[in-house]
Amino acid sequence: MAEYLIKNGFVFDPILGINGDKTDVAIKDGKIVESTALSNPKVIDAAGKTVMAAGVDIHAHVAGPKVNVGRNFRPEDKLFTYEAGNGVKRMAGGFSVPTVFRTGYLYAKMGYGTVMEAAMPPLYARHTHEEMRDTPILDQGAYPVFGNNWFVLEYLKNHELENVEAYISWLLRTTRGYAIKIVNPGGTEAWGWGLNCNSIHDPVPYFDITPAQIMKGLMEANEALRLPHSVHIHTNNLGNPGNYETTLETFKLFEGAKANNDFGRKQVMHHTHVQFHSYGGDSWGNVESKADAIMDYVNSHDNMTIDLGCVTLDETTTMTADGPFEHHLTELNHLKWANTDVELETAAGVVPYIYGKNIKVCGIQWAIGLELALMAKDPMRVFITTDHPNAGPFFRYPRVMKWLMSKKAREAEMDSLKWAEKVRDATFLSGIDRELTLYEIAAMSRAGTAQALGLSSMYGSLKPGLQADVAVYDYNPETAEDPELIEKAFGNAAYLFKGGEVVVKDGDVVSNGNKKTLWVDVKVNDNPQVRRDVTEKFLRYYTVTEANYEVNEKVFMKNPYRIEVDATQ
Amino acid sequence: MRLSEVMMMETVTLTPKAQPDLYIDAENITPDAFAGKTAEEIAAIHVHEGNQTGLLGTYFEVSGKGGATAAETKIVIKGDVLRVKYIGMRMTAGEILIEGSADMYVGAWMEGGRIHVTGNVDAFSGTGMKDGELEIDGNAGNYLGAAYRGDWRGMQSGTIRVHGNAGSDIGTFMNGGTIVIDGDVDVHVGTHAEGGTIIVKGNGKSKIGGQMVKGDIYVFGTIDVMMPGYVYRENVDLEVDGTKATFAMYEGDMGERHGKRKGQVIYGHIYQKY
Repeated sequence: MAEYLIKNGFVFDPILGINGDKTDVAIKDGKIVESTALSNPKVIDAAGKTVMAAGVDIHAHVAGPKVNVGRNFRPEDKLFTYEAGNGVKRMAGGFSVPTVFRTGYLYAKMGYGTVMEAAMPPLYARHTHEEMRDTPILDQGAYPVFGNNWFVLEYLKNHELENVEAYISWLLRTTRGYAIKIVNPGGTEAWGWGLNCNSIHDPVPYFDITPAQIMKGLMEANEALRLPHSVHIHTNNLGNPGNYETTLETFKLFEGAKANNDFGRKQVMHHTHVQFHSYGGDSWGNVESKADAIMDYVNSHDNMTIDLGCVTLDETTTMTADGPFEHHLTELNHLKWANTDVELETAAGVVPYIYGKNIKVCGIQWAIGLELALMAKDPMRVFITTDHPNAGPFFRYPRVMKWLMSKKAREAEMDSLKWAEKVRDATFLSGIDRELTLYEIAAMSRAGTAQALGLSSMYGSLKPGLQADVAVYDYNPETAEDPELIEKAFGNAAYLFKGGEVVVKDGDVVSNGNKKTLWVDVKVNDNPQVRRDVTEKFLRYYTVTEANYEVNEKVFMKNPYRIEVDATQ
Repeated sequence: MRLSEVMMMETVTLTPKAQPDLYIDAENITPDAFAGKTAEEIAAIHVHEGNQTGLLGTYFEVSGKGGATAAETKIVIKGDVLRVKYIGMRMTAGEILIEGSADMYVGAWMEGGRIHVTGNVDAFSGTGMKDGELEIDGNAGNYLGAAYRGDWRGMQSGTIRVHGNAGSDIGTFMNGGTIVIDGDVDVHVGTHAEGGTIIVKGNGKSKIGGQMVKGDIYVFGTIDVMMPGYVYRENVDLEVDGTKATFAMYEGDMGERHGKRKGQVIYGHIYQKY
């Protein structure tokens, strides 16, 4: 493979503590190496440019059945967006629910190399993997959803933690999953009864355990299994005024818990799209930001991480395994609604949503997403996402970065809102002068996410030995004054190296790379009871057989990458 | 436009020559794309035939030239273009005259200007229309002035006038503007409409105004089956597109959620001429 030497760029790497120094980055055989290891490199002149490790997205909905439901029932989302195939690129299109090809190309253009699919229904793991297989360039993994799974609910009800662990091990292996995702724990199952769990103490019908027990039990199992990532939580009561109390209660469940793993992960719990969980007030009329209370807690508890879920003020498509929430949303906005029950496991809903500049609540939501980042004391624990496509499409990350890095840019956006003064009254944003640095942005978009995923030995830094995923942006931090340059540069990487290969040059995709699909193989002691239970559930309840359930690597995956964990002790 | 500026209308004439083997997508046949261009430049504009990209000049003899702006550009198509889609798509101003019949999507998403077709047009003409005028001397196909598939925001404004008959599903999800059909229409008229006016001077069939929450539909002739969600209210004397008559006024669709204005519930209206 070719050798590259990226010279003279302003390097930002929170892992190495490099803050804008001009440092050379050397690439050989797909890895980052010391520059002395190169013999005859191609030299890339990055003078006047910003150099970072490639981006790592911890939470986006980019593959699987609910994404495809979004594509299918929103033909209008594709209108006028298609581009013909060109060079190595295939035809691609779509806006908030783009095709897999467009997903790969646009992430690559932003200098991202790794993207985690945030919710995989185990029953549809095959479909999820097929879409990831067809998504070019990106290394990916998917989080199977566990929070409403009958096995988990039964074992936890009976306090059989070892069985939970054995089941998690079986399911991760069978679905080729990466981490434990929890969505509206218990609430989605309750939705099968036409109910919901609006607090973490509402008992789940029939199973008679609470969301708090589900989340805590899965966290304990996660740490006993020593998995690379922590539990990845979307707690109850999403999107409702006053829900910040539920969020804080959820956070408190994990107080004092310590991470147990060999992957450099420090948190025991990741809470996702916290913007949707930070609302005060008791109605849409008086909803207000509680980002301060949320971030006070996050800042003072270093055993947790969060991502933002920034609203980008676009027309988008919401999709979540939180089935009852999507029903609630369609009752609010009266737009079309799709709903699916996934037998024994989860559910999902999809509803289009327009975050309009004329709507006060949308402005408040936009402000809260940014406030969370701007109030963060430790950028290694607070990550940039838009919960793509729920709060906005992922390709708005450069715009989010612009707002975070420039008070001028976010004030201009604030002023363009119809209810700007009311939004200001209900939020803190205009009172915050902080402008994030590129060093902090690098933490929030690659170094921190890689660490939280337990992947800091592969991604997130330019440390020799790591995979050579490097982004070069045409942005000169010494001279750039216009905040629009941030959005432009970070949406059109000058270079993206993926596994040591150039996949983006001057904002154009020039290679489809050599993507990997990451999954976690955790070994546990043989557990005959769980084996019997799995067999029995397939015989009695599932409409498919076990043989038609598992993900066959050869058929459904591209370059599977197994991460082994031994939890037999 | 300031009064001192004088409109200098220029005409581009397209004469069909080779009939394409496949249907061609010609969304570039618009005053917007032709403005400021010579005949040679216009002949070099792209069209799509299947998955191949071709040139307009392969299919049309081009003469004349574009005006300085779209508003100053008139396009005349001499003869039938039965295998050409998307003529006038998204045009914002100017004029297109088709002396013959065209295929689907004529004037789709048009935002202004005027299109006049002396023959017939196929389905999806005036889809998602935002403004402007579309006049068809012959018949129109299905989905005339309807919303794009999946979209809940249909025709916003402007006028569509068909002197012959129209097919099914006209004005689906219509939000504004006017559609006038001199002849008959097939099933599904103004489905899901949230505004706008549809005037059918001939006969209607069934499913007129289904799920309509706001808007007006006038039918001068017969209606085979009235939607059960409509309630007769009263007779009203109206002048509709130049015709004075007494109409039976129905309100509905009662199966739908309706907005309120000043305490009054707003319904969709169907007016049937006596």
